[in-house]
Amino acid sequence: MSDVVKEDVVDAAVDEAHSGDIAGALADAHDDGHGEAHHSSLGLSNTKLAMWLFLGSECLLFGGLITTYMLYRNAHSADVGPDQLWDIPFTSASSFVLLMSSLTMVMAVSAANRKDDRNTKSWLIVTALLGSLFLAGQVYEFTTFYREGLGYTDSLFASSFYTLTGFHGVHVSVGIVMLLATMAMIAKNKISGDKAETVEMVGLYWHFVDVVWIIIFTLVYLIPA
Amino acid sequence: MTDVEASPATEHEHHLHGHHADAGHDGEHGPHDAVSDNRYIVIAVILAVITAAEVAASYIDLGAVFIPLLLFMMAVKFFIVASFFMHLRFDNRVFTWLFYTGVVLAVVVYVIALLTFRFFEA
Repeated sequence: MSDVVKEDVVDAAVDEAHSGDIAGALADAHDDGHGEAHHSSLGLSNTKLAMWLFLGSECLLFGGLITTYMLYRNAHSADVGPDQLWDIPFTSASSFVLLMSSLTMVMAVSAANRKDDRNTKSWLIVTALLGSLFLAGQVYEFTTFYREGLGYTDSLFASSFYTLTGFHGVHVSVGIVMLLATMAMIAKNKISGDKAETVEMVGLYWHFVDVVWIIIFTLVYLIPA
Repeated sequence: MTDVEASPATEHEHHLHGHHADAGHDGEHGPHDAVSDNRYIVIAVILAVITAAEVAASYIDLGAVFIPLLLFMMAVKFFIVASFFMHLRFDNRVFTWLFYTGVVLAVVVYVIALLTFRFFEA
């Protein structure tokens, strides 16, 4: 092959590389690293798959706690039990607050999908505030119950009730930290991957906390022992 | 731009669009567009109404219907939140399987546990 022909072949290859393949490969690499989520062999996001797996396993944790409460809900003294302690209107208002926080959370996810950072941050902070209000209600409720004589180790009923609702409260607290951290990261543009997916993952956790409370509210508070 | 230059770029653009389309089909970006913000508000109102009905039912003497009715309303609320707010209804079915496997496993395991403790016997 003559030098002139060799030169032409090399030039054509460089042109092709510059015009298409390498640029495309670089664009793909950039997308994989910064714009798109990593995908599993199923074609699904690894992050999302892991979150759903985690939530599925959380069902077993709360299932155990709810079952323990159901078994010991009658194991209390005659004067300090659900009939004397439960304040259904207060807990209903508290449940309503948590339910509405699911609405604000889904609004945040919706705004994130529209790439509307301003509204995403606003809805995230409203969700965190509603979560904090629910948590404040739970602290008030625990304090009231304790003052009325229901200590953590006073009965099997007390232990199982505080453990169940306390674990849920811890989950709400973790959710609030996640919401505020996500909001701060969006504000400082620190999210390296798919921003909408990050907000959606926090949303899935938050909605899970809400569905667990839907069950606790009915089984613990509304159904009499 | 010549045809030679345009061709790979167009192909790459098709690749990217195709990727997004597939991702949307798999539930990466698609499910969120399935429900509008107004629809979310309607769903939240339905959830609030069911909660109000639950609380109202606890103050009324409904006899034997009371507990099954409360459990039914609880299940409806659970499915609404999981289906619409968590997008399971519009997302890839693998996620639905993962989540409901956990739910069903928990219910089966703990119902068996409750049975061994004779919880359901009067």
